[in-house]
Amino acid sequence: MSTGQERIGVYICHCGSNIAGIVDVAEVSRWAGEALASQGVVISRDDKFMCASSGQELIEKDIAELGLNRVVVAACSPHMHEKTFRGACARAGLNPYLCELVSIREHVSWVHTDKAAATAKAKAVVAGGVFRVKEHAPLEPLRVPIHPATLVVGGGIAGISTALEIADAGFPVHLVERQPSIGGHMAQFDKTFPTLDCSACILTPKMVEAGTHKNITLHTWSEVTDVKGYVGNFTVTIKEKARYIIYDLCTGCGICQEKCPAKVQDLEFEAGLGYRKVAYMPFPQAVPKVPVIDRDNCTYFSKGTCKACEKFCPTNAIDFTQEDKEVVVEVGNIVLATGFELFDARRIEQYGYGRLPNVFTSLEFERMSNAAGPTSGHIVLRDGVTEPKAVGIVHCVGSRDRNYNNYCSAICCMQSLKFAHLVKEHTDATVYNFYIDIRAAGKAFDEFYQRVLEEGTVFVRGRVAEVTDALRPDEADQAGRIIVQVEDTLAGQQRRIPLDMVILSAGLEPPADAKETGRLFGISCSSDGWVIERHPKLDPVATMTDGVFAAGCALGPRDIPSSVTNGAAAAARILGRIQQKEMALEPVRATVDEARCSGCRICNDLCPYNAIIFHEDRMVTEVNPALCQGCGTCVAACPAGAISGTGFSDAQILSQIEGLLMLTASGEPRKAVPA
Amino acid sequence: MSATATSTTAPAAATGFEPVILGFTCNWCSYRASDLAGTARMKYPPNIRLVRLMCSGRLDPAFVLTAFANGADGVMVSGCWPGECHYIEQNIKALRRFLLLRRVVESMGIEPRRLQLVWASAAEGQRFATEITRIVEEVRELGPLGWGRGAEQAPEVAVEAAVAAAEAAESGEGAPAASPEAPPEAQPAEVPA
Repeated sequence: MSTGQERIGVYICHCGSNIAGIVDVAEVSRWAGEALASQGVVISRDDKFMCASSGQELIEKDIAELGLNRVVVAACSPHMHEKTFRGACARAGLNPYLCELVSIREHVSWVHTDKAAATAKAKAVVAGGVFRVKEHAPLEPLRVPIHPATLVVGGGIAGISTALEIADAGFPVHLVERQPSIGGHMAQFDKTFPTLDCSACILTPKMVEAGTHKNITLHTWSEVTDVKGYVGNFTVTIKEKARYIIYDLCTGCGICQEKCPAKVQDLEFEAGLGYRKVAYMPFPQAVPKVPVIDRDNCTYFSKGTCKACEKFCPTNAIDFTQEDKEVVVEVGNIVLATGFELFDARRIEQYGYGRLPNVFTSLEFERMSNAAGPTSGHIVLRDGVTEPKAVGIVHCVGSRDRNYNNYCSAICCMQSLKFAHLVKEHTDATVYNFYIDIRAAGKAFDEFYQRVLEEGTVFVRGRVAEVTDALRPDEADQAGRIIVQVEDTLAGQQRRIPLDMVILSAGLEPPADAKETGRLFGISCSSDGWVIERHPKLDPVATMTDGVFAAGCALGPRDIPSSVTNGAAAAARILGRIQQKEMALEPVRATVDEARCSGCRICNDLCPYNAIIFHEDRMVTEVNPALCQGCGTCVAACPAGAISGTGFSDAQILSQIEGLLMLTASGEPRKAVPA
Repeated sequence: MSATATSTTAPAAATGFEPVILGFTCNWCSYRASDLAGTARMKYPPNIRLVRLMCSGRLDPAFVLTAFANGADGVMVSGCWPGECHYIEQNIKALRRFLLLRRVVESMGIEPRRLQLVWASAAEGQRFATEITRIVEEVRELGPLGWGRGAEQAPEVAVEAAVAAAEAAESGEGAPAASPEAPPEAQPAEVPA
């Protein structure tokens, strides 16, 4: 509670012209010094950049010289610089929780245009901070132990990179992958841009390393079903789906796959372009080298007979009685590397995918050009034999399009250039690229573009209007071909270009269940469905939820090097914590004053973390601080006011409300309440 | 849409009345949405002042009543969308309280439209700005919070006045919170005994 002994320093930041351009900072500072003196303000200053060392030193100096025991900084959002100013207070010997940062940038100068009204609001916001800080109490951060194990969700290149970095440093990792093998999309690709490295050749050693690493536990054909706990102490339930193959007995010889009589279209690894058995490993280099039996398509499971795999398995590893099992693991940190899904090109009907056989998606083309793929690397039409004479590659399919996704999928330009090169390399076809802009900003990207230009690929700038097999009378000689209708914006004319094959460079989208994943791990996704970073520039692999990180395309479209970098960055953040063995958490927790608790139990059912315990013997309730997450719902519910919420106490908030409302919209003092 | 088309800085002179709205935000979603609106330089009227809570579940009904008692013309409660609560389901508890609270404020003679609930995820800066604009417009239309007699009254007195006005309304003597012939701000800050 406020004692009336508060000596408060108020600091108004100009943030260059970010704040000072709209808010009259000198006036706010003058006003706070005068009008809030009765509240304990002893000094009020404005400064060009409070977050700069000179600004922070100003606070430190005033604490020392003026004996300040409370500090209010009016600057950017507390999510930006709260730590900075708390640090400055701590250096000067003031408990950091006696500092309050109020936002007059994100919440005032950047969103308002009327200077007078913005200045008035800034004053009110500062008053809110001053009134609130009076009620602050010195606090100590909570220290929680950090479990040394890490959960990595997603076994693509981002997840593998993260797992290896942490495992190499000597700490255990649980790597969870939904598919039967790790590898992700990178395992499907033929070449990588711009170096034209063989994708599998650079990926599979990493996969094997992850699969055999003593510190990595693979959970493939598995999904996370439940996450409990908080940073340092998560309890994660992983559902390991039944493989119907005994993991420890299987040698990966592949006989079950060979003998399995049932075949289905392979919609995952071969992107629908090829077939796979029902007892299968998605690809020969799969890690782990243990097949799965696809229950939905298995003859035994549908008709009760077959068991060919069981008959031929040399190690008796087939077990049709297996059931899904749940594994519970304890981890300190989590990395989401859940990747992307390809935009469904069927949604753009005028591009004909799914209707015109010789329109392919980028992923289908990747499989087609891959020597290990369904056509053994031959670039052929859907009939499997005819080599195309003219190939068109359509950029930005489902990206940079307000009907589908506004964002740029980042990899399509380079991928399309790579496709152009590969078509040229494998066939004698004429290749067209239909593009809006060429975005080749990475290392050696533009050089690759120049190379593809020199190879003779035709570039047509314009968004494709239609891909069709409906020929106009003057196109009668093009029977059996497909026509791309496009406005060539450089030539300034409509063109109809007859082709044999069209490749749609489909954009990247978050996995269909991205929202559920977000909910499961307690993190936010953007409206597009990508994971939101803690800070898009300065904390790009952390999320707002402590202990949950993200890497790779889970954060948005990006290429392989960026995904690898993200993985390493997330690993570095986690390793630092593991090595500290504990970390400090905000001491925002609920506590019960037993003397005031009447034992009514209203709060008992409100806690989703079961942090509230009722002592039958004493008829009082207690909050377990280790389980409490500090939401404050019980604090708000207690009819006796017996529960208080540290950092967000009733006194702090009620006082802030009073401060915020001391001025009218125009900045006039509200008339004093009559006695 | 009228809410977005409205000038974000409608001059006081044009309408004569500029409301003050207090907005309660959740640290994880709506406060971040307001950060995002700022970072993206989206514009909304300066009539809103935000209070950060850790969760909409922290919203003690007393906060809302205190806000009205201290001169807020409107109150916005905001939180994560149902199903997206950072604390699993506490926003649902906030929703429950909100619905009750709306009836309570109505019984006190405050138009329920002065108390509004907005769900906004951390990604919805635009939605947050649009909703604020809409709420400011709606409250501006309602005029100053009258408390039956005048905006400048002491809260306890105002509550009594509101109850009295409500009773009067029940016996058929007109709307409880508005006194059309005398705008509240023109009234002297008189305190009935």
